[in-house]
Amino acid sequence: MSRTLRLGRARVGIELRQFFRDRESAVFNFALPMVLLVIFGSVFANQDMGGSGVTFAQYFLAGMIASGVLYTSFQNLAIAIPMEREDGTLKRLQGTPMPKASYFIGKIGMVFVAYIAQVLLLLVVGVLFFHINLPSTATQWFTFVWVSVLGLIACTLLGIAYSVVPRSGKGASALVAPVVLILQFTSGVFFIFTQLPQWMQTFASLFPLKWLTQAMRSVFLPDTAQALEATGTWELGKCALVLVIWTVVGFVLALRVFRWTPRGAG
Amino acid sequence: MSAISVVNLTKRYGDHQALDGISLEVADGECVALLGPNGAGKTTATEILEGYRHADSGEARVLGVDPQNGDLAWRARLGIVLQTSRDLGDLTVREAVRHFARYYPSPRDPDEVIASVGLTEKTNARNDKLSGGQRRRLDVALGVIGSPDVLFLDEPTTGFDPEARREFWELIDALKAAGTTILLTTHYLEEAEHLAERVAVIASGRIIACDTPSKIGGRNSGEAIVSWVDEGGERSERTHSPTRLVNELASRFPGEIPDLTVRRPTLEDTYLALLDEHADNERNGAQS
Repeated sequence: MSRTLRLGRARVGIELRQFFRDRESAVFNFALPMVLLVIFGSVFANQDMGGSGVTFAQYFLAGMIASGVLYTSFQNLAIAIPMEREDGTLKRLQGTPMPKASYFIGKIGMVFVAYIAQVLLLLVVGVLFFHINLPSTATQWFTFVWVSVLGLIACTLLGIAYSVVPRSGKGASALVAPVVLILQFTSGVFFIFTQLPQWMQTFASLFPLKWLTQAMRSVFLPDTAQALEATGTWELGKCALVLVIWTVVGFVLALRVFRWTPRGAG
Repeated sequence: MSAISVVNLTKRYGDHQALDGISLEVADGECVALLGPNGAGKTTATEILEGYRHADSGEARVLGVDPQNGDLAWRARLGIVLQTSRDLGDLTVREAVRHFARYYPSPRDPDEVIASVGLTEKTNARNDKLSGGQRRRLDVALGVIGSPDVLFLDEPTTGFDPEARREFWELIDALKAAGTTILLTTHYLEEAEHLAERVAVIASGRIIACDTPSKIGGRNSGEAIVSWVDEGGERSERTHSPTRLVNELASRFPGEIPDLTVRRPTLEDTYLALLDEHADNERNGAQS
């Protein structure tokens, strides 16, 4: 077991180097939320959100951090793993005495480190340029931590499972990015969730991002902003429940469908 | 004990019989080369032994273990150089070799291995900046980093210039001297001749000949190839009595016999003759 962990830690280092050195991944999975925050924040900066006294930038920061969970875990892995399957990474690893668990430890570790770095940068940009208020209570920080951890675990597992959908590494982005984009538009990342059409709200409520975004609002928005939520509360209990269900679903799917080899090989 | 033992291995993809009953023993410390045209089944056979593919029937043992049941301790004793790869592009040569060294219980020194494949000057270069041949040397470095007991080399020198190939042979000679068992597939006949104690020629999923490079296909039978040019163009004949044939030719031509050469068949001549013979047999078999 200690060998598995030791090699898992070594894989985290390798994974991170590859994550940040690959231009596409560094831009697409890592820098994108910062860029979006700067663009949308600059356009709508101080626009008040639905008369709640919350600025757009503050509202959008919560959405971007929640999106960051999805970018660094789901989108990152669902694009990178098909590429690794195609370019021979997985085949080479399979031929070594590396425990397979170490590979997944490496992925999970990379996701967590990338996410933490991303959140720190988002907060720095938010505070420096958009005068965003950081959470002031320990409870809010605690919510931030458990929502992040649970969200990252669920979306990492889902990303590993979804990695079997793209048939080639090249086509992976095209099959992953739209999923993320559609979830963002329907989950209240860009707009006030309760102002979306009802069917859209119902649709988005089935997936993790809506709940991640809502929970992040509970961290970064004042409690008075609860008035903008569907039930008038943050619904953190329900958020935890949905994320746990997706974690279980992701775990079962990842175990059942994950492939080390491209389809048609073997 | 044989390091590699294969009995009657078969594998079918759809209606293509990739392996049609292959049997082969590779002794401890021996180097055997698999020769054969593309699609003959070399890579399929190798990948079954590496544990990547299931055989439909037959028996395979590597270091006494069925590759399908090989555990990590077994894997640690193997070195695998796969046919092509494009991975690890964002890492440097040294990062990749050092990282893979960590997977093995008693790895070789990474810098030493990098030097032995001739990549010292490229040690801090990104792998995606390497040329095709340099990239292949990295694959070889990663294959030998764990000081394997059994090394699989699938067309290891594709894209090497002649000098790099010679250096590669020296590296493999050193591994052989250290007792490494090697199963090599290659399209370079002189490579097989230099490195392998025995060569096995595979065609249509069967081993059609297996012997030492100097004896395979009756190479040691004393046959020679006589070639010359006459009004019909280039001519060449295989014969056990080259002197008589040359005498005959001498009487046919008034002066010098145009472009006369007499030579013993190279491994390549023998290999191609074996494949021709096999193709003829297949055709006759199909007709009858």
